[in-house]
Amino acid sequence: MATQIPLVDYLVLGDRPHLVAHECTSCAARYFDRRNACASCGRTEFATVELPTEGEVRAFTIVAFAAPGIPTPFVAAVVDCGGTSVRANIINVPPDPEHVSLGMQVRLATEVVGTDDEGTEAIGFGFEPKEG
Amino acid sequence: MASDDLWILGIHMTKFGKHPDKDMVDLASEAVLGALADAGVTMADMGVIAAGSLMAASAGIGQQLQKQLGQTGVPVYNVANACATGATALRVAMMAIKSGEADFGLAFGVEKLAGAGLLTGGSRKDDSGVFTPSGRYGAVAPVDGRIGTEIMPGVFAQIGMEYGHRYGGTSFELFARISEKNHAHSTLNPLAAYSKRMTLEEIMGDFMVAYPNTRPMCSANCDGAAAAVVVSGAKLATLSLEQRRRAVKVSASVLTTDPWEESCQILPDVNTLTRNAATLAYEQAGIGPSDLDLVELHDCFATAELVHYDNLMLCEQGGAVDFFESGATWRDGAMPVNVSGGLESKGHPIGATGIANVWEVATHLRGEAGPRQIEGATVGLTHVIGLGSACGVHILEKSAA
Repeated sequence: MATQIPLVDYLVLGDRPHLVAHECTSCAARYFDRRNACASCGRTEFATVELPTEGEVRAFTIVAFAAPGIPTPFVAAVVDCGGTSVRANIINVPPDPEHVSLGMQVRLATEVVGTDDEGTEAIGFGFEPKEG
Repeated sequence: MASDDLWILGIHMTKFGKHPDKDMVDLASEAVLGALADAGVTMADMGVIAAGSLMAASAGIGQQLQKQLGQTGVPVYNVANACATGATALRVAMMAIKSGEADFGLAFGVEKLAGAGLLTGGSRKDDSGVFTPSGRYGAVAPVDGRIGTEIMPGVFAQIGMEYGHRYGGTSFELFARISEKNHAHSTLNPLAAYSKRMTLEEIMGDFMVAYPNTRPMCSANCDGAAAAVVVSGAKLATLSLEQRRRAVKVSASVLTTDPWEESCQILPDVNTLTRNAATLAYEQAGIGPSDLDLVELHDCFATAELVHYDNLMLCEQGGAVDFFESGATWRDGAMPVNVSGGLESKGHPIGATGIANVWEVATHLRGEAGPRQIEGATVGLTHVIGLGSACGVHILEKSAA
């Protein structure tokens, strides 16, 4: 199997892929980016927390027109994972308003998004409809 | 007029649209000369200049203008603040007056964006070389389009959809009907970039940019400029009766940024800072939303207009869909919104927008809006929002002189 690397550092690969966030140890505000301090309370201590891999679509759009090189159409969304908002694409579903809806229950899924010159695969994530 | 009041003494906007033969200094000059003439003053009277341009603030557009219209040596502030750039420039001029540094201030905003296309969203390079994590997310490749979208039509589409998820009642057709209203309004505005009436079928059948926003539901990139001369109440009291009669009172001027909210770094929260700005503005002006005769709000996309009915408290919380369905926001309704045609048809030359909407309201308050005049208008509100985020709200009142 090819070596793999996550598309972003808050995606943890392995047998059970999941997302992690930096949580402020003082006010519990959560972030995905490298932090200088907490934008909510200003403190600088963070702990790493694991996010639920299931959630609900709180907002979405179907992007049909994008910058050169970005395949369209695709579904961009905000998914509420147990109270933490996550930005992601909705994948493994036809990108139309008949198949994507507000309040839809989804779960994390990964996919290969590219391979570099050394054969390393970049693994991205999205959310797919939860069956049943 | 109280001596510490602030007033718009003169104001002007160019036609919005395509101006291939004019550069930014030409457009800004036209707006500034128009505003000075409207005010009955000259560049020599201006104690401060605030120059708004998202694209040209770093190039010193304020000093470029001075080199054509008058190098008087007064301080110039070149301002960029996303789509709130114009409102920010206006506020900078007003703050200088408020501080006592100047009696008269000039604010202008200008942009040349005709044919600019999407203004945000990273283009996708080929994934090649060796993957190396970089940036604040440790990304090994560009993420726009792989982890959601960065394009404005898509961001604001989600903002409208999120409102629908929270309160219900939204649909593609509902958002399209908001756009239908603004395009209908634009037919009465000779300065609008697009002034063609569009049917609901035409709007819904047009090119889909980011569901549910089709092309006519997006703000129109275009060229344009607007300028305003502001004056202190103390100085205005020394001017002619005609100047005092046409002056428009700035009852509130507010600029806010987005306070931290749970999801605000995932999907921009344009709601909280707008509600905060509106609350402060109504407090400053000593009025409530029901006192407003017209509103020019930031309909950068049809999906945005809906949420701002609620954010500006023009309706009860959660009631924006019913409010629109009641017909209130059409020009013959109880609360006319975007009688200029809004950003979707009048156009959105970013730096000019936050002064052009003040021009629109001021023109109605002066009773000089011609065929699109809202009869008897005495109080109006303007609103802009720039992602990042910044929100500017102004409340304007007709002069009693």
